[in-house]
Amino acid sequence: MRRRLPVIIAFGIGFLMLIQYFIPHPRSEEFYNVIVQQWFIIIFAFMYIFALRSFFMHHITKVKRKKEGYIFSAVAMVSVLFMLLSGLITSRGPFFDSLYNYMIAPLQGTMFSLLAFFIASAAFRAFRARNVQATLLLVTATIVMIGRVPIGDYLWRGMPDLVEWIMTVPSMAAMRGIRIGVGLGAVATAMKIMLGIERSYMGGE
Amino acid sequence: MSISTSIWVWMAALLTLMVYSFLYKDNPFYRLAEHIFMGLSLGYTLTILWYNYIIPRVYEPLFLPPHQWSLIFPILLGMMTFGIFSKKYSWLIKYPLAFYVGGYAGLRIPLLLQSWIIRQVEASFLTPDKFTSLMSSINAILIFAGLFATLIYFYFSKKREHGFGAAAQVGIVFIMVAFGAAFGYTVMARISLLIGRMQFLLHDWLGIM
Repeated sequence: MRRRLPVIIAFGIGFLMLIQYFIPHPRSEEFYNVIVQQWFIIIFAFMYIFALRSFFMHHITKVKRKKEGYIFSAVAMVSVLFMLLSGLITSRGPFFDSLYNYMIAPLQGTMFSLLAFFIASAAFRAFRARNVQATLLLVTATIVMIGRVPIGDYLWRGMPDLVEWIMTVPSMAAMRGIRIGVGLGAVATAMKIMLGIERSYMGGE
Repeated sequence: MSISTSIWVWMAALLTLMVYSFLYKDNPFYRLAEHIFMGLSLGYTLTILWYNYIIPRVYEPLFLPPHQWSLIFPILLGMMTFGIFSKKYSWLIKYPLAFYVGGYAGLRIPLLLQSWIIRQVEASFLTPDKFTSLMSSINAILIFAGLFATLIYFYFSKKREHGFGAAAQVGIVFIMVAFGAAFGYTVMARISLLIGRMQFLLHDWLGIM
């Protein structure tokens, strides 16, 4: 029963969530609102507590055993508590906003911008036109990069239009194909979860 | 040149420089900034979760009149997550997981079918309204052919020979154009972020621009 009941629960709730989409009735909408906007969020919140516990356990162990870089683990833990407490004590006041605007946002922006340097070296390796396909990738990427900045327009008036055409015709055609494939795969996986064929999320059975 | 006197701007500038120090090599300053970022982001997410979800959707409906006592069930289900902390009761976590994953799977099926499959096919079909001019007709045919060829490229249950192989080859041409465009777009997005950070350092912090 310990093994079967979760599968039955997954199928039952999955089936109910599936059919509610096709029932245009206030009761069906109410069911959706209660399950998705309350029940799922409550369960998600508990899982977040579980994840938080794993985070702290990992870093506390590192600090206790004085593993390499343990001081950074201490910094990470203090940062979590500092941000959380500043949010709760000030009720997301100006101090909390400043922490976001002057610490999280710059760090996030800088981390992502760091990729601009590495993407350049990666592009050098990947874009060596070894065959027709690689050449096509190189040419398209170059056109898109140049066409999106003023110099593209300066070099050739039709460059922005060409970029627009690449994005809305050949690129979109391939992206639609990829999207259909991903969609079919996701639907198949969702069906497997509902029918109990895919159970790895419950501990690899 | 007027250097900023705001402690917040200085903090943001120092953190920015600490991250960029990674361009030289991995170093303690970068790791410090990385861990601060990780901790602050987690703390921020928790605060948002608390104020935007837990308070209005759990605390208020449960503890303020009219009480929604039915919410005790998901709370009990959620509490089963803590079973993982004990070897004896670790199996309890399967129930909230099954509820969440199963429910979400069921919820996603019609949405995925609608937006990721039906709408994509619908938008690519050759309908009379797409043949209003020569250019729009060519584009419509190209989109249809490109989609068809891309799908053939990802179909691995048939040997790639004759017409099928040729169609797969056309498919890869479209895929390469799409990947190139996506790459170019990503590079531009990263560079605009880099420009933004440089602007912050030179304008907001040092005031030399």
